Amino acid sequence: MPVEIPKDKWAGQIRTVTLGATAAEGGTRARTLTVGGEACLPFLHFDAPGAAMPHRPALALEVRDRRPDDWSPLLGQAWGEAMSDPGDWARAAEQAGADLIVLTLSLTQADGSPNLPANAVAVVQKVLGATGLPLAVFGPGQAEKDNELIVPVAEAAKGERLLIGVCEDKNYRTIVAAAMANGHLVSSKTPMDVNLAKQLIILIHDMGMPLDRILMDPTTGALGYGIEYGYSVMERLRLAALQGDSMTQQPMLVTPGEEAWKAKEAKVGEGVPAAWGDWQRRAINWETLTGSALLQTGADIVVLRHPESLARLRTQIAGLMQA
Amino acid sequence: MPMTGLEIYKLLPQTNCKECGLPTCLAFAMKLASKGAELKQCPYVSEASKAKLEAASAPPIRLVTVAGDGLKATAGNETVLFRHEKTFYHKPGLFIRVKDTDAALAAKVSEADAYVVDYVGIKLSVDGFALEAASGDAAKFAAAVSAARAASKKPFILIASDPAVMEAGLKAAGGQPLLYAADDGNWQKMAELAKTAKAPLAVRAAGLDKLVELTEALKKAGLEDLVLDPGARAYGESLTALTQIRRLALKKNFRPLGFPVITFPGEAAGADELVLAAQHIAKYAGFIVLESFDPATAYPLLTLRQNIYTDPQKPIQVQPGVYEINNPDANAPVMVTTNFSITYFAVNNEVEGSGWPAWLVVADAEGMSVLTAWAAGKFDADRIAKAVKGAGLEGKLSHKRIILPGQVAVLSGELEESLAGWQIMVGPKEAVDIPAYLKTMWPKAN
Ligand code: B12
Ligand code: SF4
Repeated sequence: MPVEIPKDKWAGQIRTVTLGATAAEGGTRARTLTVGGEACLPFLHFDAPGAAMPHRPALALEVRDRRPDDWSPLLGQAWGEAMSDPGDWARAAEQAGADLIVLTLSLTQADGSPNLPANAVAVVQKVLGATGLPLAVFGPGQAEKDNELIVPVAEAAKGERLLIGVCEDKNYRTIVAAAMANGHLVSSKTPMDVNLAKQLIILIHDMGMPLDRILMDPTTGALGYGIEYGYSVMERLRLAALQGDSMTQQPMLVTPGEEAWKAKEAKVGEGVPAAWGDWQRRAINWETLTGSALLQTGADIVVLRHPESLARLRTQIAGLMQA
Repeated sequence: MPMTGLEIYKLLPQTNCKECGLPTCLAFAMKLASKGAELKQCPYVSEASKAKLEAASAPPIRLVTVAGDGLKATAGNETVLFRHEKTFYHKPGLFIRVKDTDAALAAKVSEADAYVVDYVGIKLSVDGFALEAASGDAAKFAAAVSAARAASKKPFILIASDPAVMEAGLKAAGGQPLLYAADDGNWQKMAELAKTAKAPLAVRAAGLDKLVELTEALKKAGLEDLVLDPGARAYGESLTALTQIRRLALKKNFRPLGFPVITFPGEAAGADELVLAAQHIAKYAGFIVLESFDPATAYPLLTLRQNIYTDPQKPIQVQPGVYEINNPDANAPVMVTTNFSITYFAVNNEVEGSGWPAWLVVADAEGMSVLTAWAAGKFDADRIAKAVKGAGLEGKLSHKRIILPGQVAVLSGELEESLAGWQIMVGPKEAVDIPAYLKTMWPKAN
């Protein structure tokens, strides 16, 4: 007698969100990226055959407006000279197989002077010109500076359906308003908490932002540095969404690249225990495994830094989409 | 799926003879349900009822132990599908495969056997070895198993499909190795071997239906300690199979699949072994066999396993108090941090590694990281002041200076008030930068 497999029937579904706009849609992107739409827990296609996961999770690569001072030298080796020019870097990221470019603006310019709106706009335009991929632009993560840089970027790239951020609880109004006025999307970021994640989505939506233009960044920690919290918060968010809790049904964006490369295991090659093994392999493994674990929790966009991590997760996603 | 008192009552004699020490059978049933009594207190329960009651009280996923020479690896007895619902209990065992045809077998076993890596004060290592009879020769396999045993006391998985070869390996191994595997063709003989040696037996079949047929047959043959291999290898198939097995066991109390699962992430064509092994850690493996050993993959994998299997209710903490690093004297710097293990060890490792003597005051921040604790009000000026005052440093120092974590630089003003007479220095944001900071800033301050 065949075993009867218990299936999860869910009341809810993740919203579908499209990043980027082609010429026909009022932008300049060669292609767009659609994520979300899941009607099951990650890759459990048997629960809702045919309709389970209409879009595979996307892999993004992070580039900076200038060569970062504090990234691991291994990342420097991976990107080489391209790192000195955001356009070249974005082009290299596209060649490495990214679905999306995440451009993070720095607090200061290379000479140490504060970053300026004109510079931010020029860099965004350069990156838009260098690649046909959809683009996300995030500020340096300090409320005032974010507003100062992101608002003019949003205006200059009107119609591109950029993903802009970072919207946090103290600092979402200006960025959300800029996104609404210029046809962009926003990323709603909260510190590893189901209720906070939900609340900020409600606040952003209350300002009039349509739900199909909001992504949710629940924050993650790196492998060994709190990933278990982020992992479980994401699982809980995804379960709540499938159970029908409307304000948790946004696709999730996470940044394992940023987190993993902050960890000493990835950053440092010398003066570490021999049991840590070969630096290069360990470092990339650190990022890859952080990302891989998050794919199991419902990540829809995984932002990485090293091209090899991207290639490895690409294979996993392809395999997981097949079953 | 535990039974209710009423369900248990239906299986009792219902004579109210009181010999169990309770006034009625119903009262006894209620006690049993709340685990306040034992079934053997009633002399009159029928054998049929006994079997039903024992089966119902057994965990939905059997706890299976693989034993080596004194060391063990245990899997099973999980109770939830998602770690936040309670916790995951038994970390999947990581086993390294070595073939009996490999001339470097003993050296490979020794290397991986000796491997230990420190993660926030917890010593992590691989659990054992999967020895494969690739030669197909009984004597060769036995010799290889003996050589491995001489190199390691850890538990073994023996991989052979010919029962005669398996028997030879089993004799050489000692302990209770996991026998891999019983299949359609050899299961009767494998069952005998496992039974005689009281060893757990892995069962391999293609797909859950065939797997159930085999586990049922093996249970009838008297075996209890089984481990499942549903045959699925690729990313998608294995996630599906492992999820379905876990769901059937937990949601349906489906006994034929109520066992831990063994996986071989290196056997999936075109897959990345490490990434697939990580998936198996997150989603439901009980034993994981890796094709080779490399510290650069073992360390992240062991760390992931440790993270996924920590109890979500309790952050890993260290005892608050003052910790002496590198024999500090009166001139040594005093630093403060929180009692979250990851935080404490990040700081401790840097300072210790740099050779600097230091007093590290660990405040009771309820096991939270610096910024989390600060945001939650558990690492404020008052708490830090209290920790410093309670550290018993009076008379041990020639200075009155403490170094704050750079992440909470904002606290320095307030802290100057709470710790009258102390000078507050703001350290770097990341622990990695502490040695450089001490080198330039501490001599200047003195
Ligand atoms: C994991 C995490 C949690 C976990 C807690 C884990 C734990 N046990 O602490 C959970 C999910 C429970 C949590 C909860 C909250 N969190 Co939290 N959390 C994080 C996260 C992702 C990682 C923290 C971590 O583990 N870091 C690793 C440890 C090792 O870092 P660390 O302690 O700072 O130590 C480093 C340095 O400080 C330095 N160092 C340490 N000691 C010393 C000492 C000296 C002398 C020196 C020089 C250096 C030094 O060395 C270490 C290594 O470099 C961060 C975001 C991030 N990515 O950093 C947010 C973060 C810390 N959380 C935040 C918040 C707001 C919260 C909440 C208040 C949210 C809420 N309202 O629920 C709660 C508070 C808890 C509560 N109310 O119970 C904010 C804090 C914002 C701010 N700047 O104030 C952060 C920064 C996220 C954000 N960007 O908003 N959080
Ligand atoms: S000993 Fe058994 S039969 Fe007698 S009262 Fe107790 S439960 Fe009932």
